[in-house]
Amino acid sequence: MLYREVGQYKTNYAADMAVFPILQDRIGIGIILFVAFVVFPLIGNDFLLNAVLIPFLIFSLAAIGLNLLTGYCGLLSLGTGAFMGVGAYACLKLTTYFPQVNIVVWILASGFFSAAVGVLFGLPSLRIKGFYLAVATLAAQFFLEWCFIRIPWLYNNSVSGAIEVPLRTFMSVPITGPTATSLTRYLTVLSIVVLMTWLASNLVHGRIGRMWMSVRDMDLAAELIGIRLLRAKLLAFAVSSFYCGVAGAMLVFLWYGGAEAEVFNIDQSFLELFMVIIGGLGTLIGSFFGAALIYILPIALRLIPEGLGLPLHPATVEQLRFLVVGILIIVFLVLEPNGLARLWQIGKQKLRVWPFPY
Amino acid sequence: MHLLYQIFIDPFVQMGAAPDLFAQTLWDGLVAGVLYALIALGFVLIFKASGVFNFAQGIMVVFAALTLVGLHEHGVPAFLALALTVVVMFVLAFGVERLMLRPLINQADVILFMATFGLTYVLIGFGQLVFGGNPKVMITSDLYLPSGEIRFKGLGGFVSFQKIDIAALIITSIMVAVLAVFFQRTRIGRALRAVADSHQAALSVGISLEQIWVIVWFAAGVVALTTGIMWGARSEVSFSLQIIALKALPVLILGGLTSIPGAIVGGLIIGIGEKIAEFYWGPLLGGGIESWFAYVIALGFLVFRPQGLFGEKIIERI
Amino acid sequence: MHRASAGAKGEARMQLKHFALGLAVLTAAPLTMTAAQAQSGIFVPLFTYRTGPFAGSGIPVANGLHDYLTMLNERDGGIGGEKLIIEECEDGYNTQRGVQCYDSVKDRHPVVITPYSTGITEQLIPKAAVDKVPILSMAYGLSASADGNEFPWIFNPPDTYWDGASAFIQHAANVEGGFAKLKGKTIGLIYLDAPYGKEPIPLLQALAKDYGFTLKLYPVPVSQMQNQSSVWLDVRRDRPDWIYLQGWGAMNPTAVQEAAQNNFPMDHLVGVWWSGSDDDARPAGAAAKGYLSLDINAVGPNFPALQDIIKYVVDKGKSQLSSKDKVGENFYNRAVMNAVLIAEGIRTAQKLTGKKLIDGTDMRRGLEAMHISDARWKELGLPAFAEPIHVTCSDHNGHANIFLVQWDGTKWVKQPGSIAPIHNKVEPLIEQAAQDYVKANTGWPKRTEACDKSS
Repeated sequence: MLYREVGQYKTNYAADMAVFPILQDRIGIGIILFVAFVVFPLIGNDFLLNAVLIPFLIFSLAAIGLNLLTGYCGLLSLGTGAFMGVGAYACLKLTTYFPQVNIVVWILASGFFSAAVGVLFGLPSLRIKGFYLAVATLAAQFFLEWCFIRIPWLYNNSVSGAIEVPLRTFMSVPITGPTATSLTRYLTVLSIVVLMTWLASNLVHGRIGRMWMSVRDMDLAAELIGIRLLRAKLLAFAVSSFYCGVAGAMLVFLWYGGAEAEVFNIDQSFLELFMVIIGGLGTLIGSFFGAALIYILPIALRLIPEGLGLPLHPATVEQLRFLVVGILIIVFLVLEPNGLARLWQIGKQKLRVWPFPY
Repeated sequence: MHLLYQIFIDPFVQMGAAPDLFAQTLWDGLVAGVLYALIALGFVLIFKASGVFNFAQGIMVVFAALTLVGLHEHGVPAFLALALTVVVMFVLAFGVERLMLRPLINQADVILFMATFGLTYVLIGFGQLVFGGNPKVMITSDLYLPSGEIRFKGLGGFVSFQKIDIAALIITSIMVAVLAVFFQRTRIGRALRAVADSHQAALSVGISLEQIWVIVWFAAGVVALTTGIMWGARSEVSFSLQIIALKALPVLILGGLTSIPGAIVGGLIIGIGEKIAEFYWGPLLGGGIESWFAYVIALGFLVFRPQGLFGEKIIERI
Repeated sequence: MHRASAGAKGEARMQLKHFALGLAVLTAAPLTMTAAQAQSGIFVPLFTYRTGPFAGSGIPVANGLHDYLTMLNERDGGIGGEKLIIEECEDGYNTQRGVQCYDSVKDRHPVVITPYSTGITEQLIPKAAVDKVPILSMAYGLSASADGNEFPWIFNPPDTYWDGASAFIQHAANVEGGFAKLKGKTIGLIYLDAPYGKEPIPLLQALAKDYGFTLKLYPVPVSQMQNQSSVWLDVRRDRPDWIYLQGWGAMNPTAVQEAAQNNFPMDHLVGVWWSGSDDDARPAGAAAKGYLSLDINAVGPNFPALQDIIKYVVDKGKSQLSSKDKVGENFYNRAVMNAVLIAEGIRTAQKLTGKKLIDGTDMRRGLEAMHISDARWKELGLPAFAEPIHVTCSDHNGHANIFLVQWDGTKWVKQPGSIAPIHNKVEPLIEQAAQDYVKANTGWPKRTEACDKSS
């Protein structure tokens, strides 16, 4: 009843093919953006901004990157962590050599380095398919991780191998470094993520997105109708790694304030993959849902015993957290194997015909 | 020029100059390969029969070893603890089939893979709750597994064979032989092979998929237990053992995801190749190349043979 | 890869219900993320790792810290009449979760942060000055942070890793018969391929140049901690005369076992103080006899304070120890020492400021003026437990003498005497490293905190 399309007429093709055809959808997006840009900064405390929202946004961006590759193009990749790392270290070197250039520019530029590396490790995708390709990306993951530790130039020859983020300002407000407030960092991250999500949305709704989806569904047939597989797959790797690289640079510069190679290890790659699968392969909103579930839920689970006043020891809480997250993953998959995005779609569908069942 | 010498000539010179070290490297690689193969075997069993890539195999190794040592710590005599652990693995297999595989029948592979990841988390949480996070010492002597070394003097020096490694080799060979006989000669083995070929065809001839899955997960659990005992005896039983399971991935890729001999051969190639590369070429690159070299080997093979050495060639039709 | 799933309409309704429930939980969760609160006392958060691959090292440390501070609450009613609020935050030795722990406790005015991880410490170092909470990284963390002028909020008594490495070289020289005898020898460093493991490298490289020995580096990646046979093959090829072990977690017992299996002379294998847990040597048992470890605290339970812990905490069931004999193990005692430093820091802060309920800024002053003499150790019920601790405004470390303990097959035995770090090599390096750190981090704040006269 709330969600009816009745009365909303489309008078041209552009309106008909819009991404958000229903007015309620557009209002919804407006509300979400309002809450993100205005409400959270006003009510959010440091913990909410710094430990929940900023990493959630960063991981969502990386999940979008992975979703482009795995969900839209069907190429399973386990190298997300390493590609994030390439972006982060690239950004560090860029800002070390050119400290006067705005850091936001360098964060976005570091994606290109990541894209180049992604294309390199995506070359085997022509010969290898499916799960075997995932192992090729695993090679990228472990090799790049080793590089991050073994090549001192990457971390400015610092003795410990860890990188510290220097102070950088944007219009004389510090946005990186320990003096940057979580609010400034949050707004920067939010703006970058919104911009890149909008870009990704246009990509997947357009010709390139359709090209990828046809490659995913059956690449032989796609080849037959004239799609050049090499270009399509490598483009997918490039764009996906670009997103992961930007996410990695933001992770180091706008959240942690420093990093060591361990941050970009195989666990990070698996984490991103799970976000994408749980959220819904082949959807953009699924990336956000997946990131929320996989990242925020464990934090929430840790706070629940405290909130309920149960005297559980933190280590026990930790173990229970693993247990509960594992069970929830299985339960969610059983309930809706296509991920939370599909549940969301079903929900919207139900709303459209409510109060009727169908 | 010197760099070229270092890469192409010097390692072989070193191999010749210290043949005992070369033999030692080969032996260590063999042992590591056998242990990787054991883990890969568990993966292969499950993948062959249910098409699921069981990410939880690594944690099953840890869980099985922990259960064994944990029971023993509570006073249960060693072999009884072993038997009880086998029972526990059976219960686990039954539970997994009932609660995880049955509701997810016919879902996409990646969904099932994800579900095994959920299983990993469950086992980690449950294992730590019940047994605690403390690392434990494997009960090698109580299981009558030998310890100590045999030193073979010759080849210009000595080559040292750890007795536990020799035991691992023997036990693995026996296990592979038993599994081979099981698959080829028994009724259940035939049913397993039928299920691996095609679920629908197997169903249509009356094979119960659920039973087969319980059996195969149980078999993988027993393999995991053996792996846990062998690995645990070499260092200690702790949750960091699970990380080593990732090494099984290049083994699987090399050998083919559905082949038991492939897992063994792949394991040996990866194990030996990685040790030799680390020992002779590693110092050129600063060391520690073991963490990724196996994948490079696997990748190299994949480019020439995308389905792995012994894997089934996937024929795609439009 | 993406197959449509068939769902009946009735099921869809159930799915919708579950989805709504899940959505409710997810949206409710962030709103509950404000700090739970309202206890009066001195808040001391403990970052622990009782789970994960490093739990073997983390559990005795967590127990020691928790038990000693709880004992102070039980026996003395806290410090200066104020109870200590002790809370553990589990981080699994994961830097990301450690930073999360920090973010979650930051707003509750902790007086000191003890991360127990070099990785986490390094991430928190820039934040300490901004958030005004000192970091006590006892004998770990960034070696350069010993420089109090550049790092006013970071404390790492009694020794840095560079002191430790130099003490190892000193010991090797003592056994060999002088520094001149080190020339031409090969010394190996087996280390965890992580910031913690790499710490001693610059100092060892400098000493290798000065004394003419060859330094061989053997990194062990985290994923290979229990699979070290290649490293020990390299050791067999290079035949180092001495090996220094800078490991953590599961890496240590594996290294000790491999050393024993490869017949490496155990008394030429020396571990840094973090490679000296009882659980590190126990798996190898009798074969590890002779293994040496640097140490900054005494071993064994025969100290009045430790007996008090047993009486007030363990026997009353307030401890997480699995058995009473764990009191007195090396890492347990190490953590007790750390807890003593925290307690003394609080006491000194209370004396300096006259306040009972101190905050982070007060604690910083307290830590900076901290003095624990031999007589004070005895007063605390821990006679000859550790070397005197002496922190000053410019030296947040003290570079104290270091003991050696040796494994006799079943337990650690303290060796007589102590080794002084090679001060004239270590201290210039620390100054240089501090300068390099500050230069690399543009905008590093100059020290503005006043220097109290040591009490």
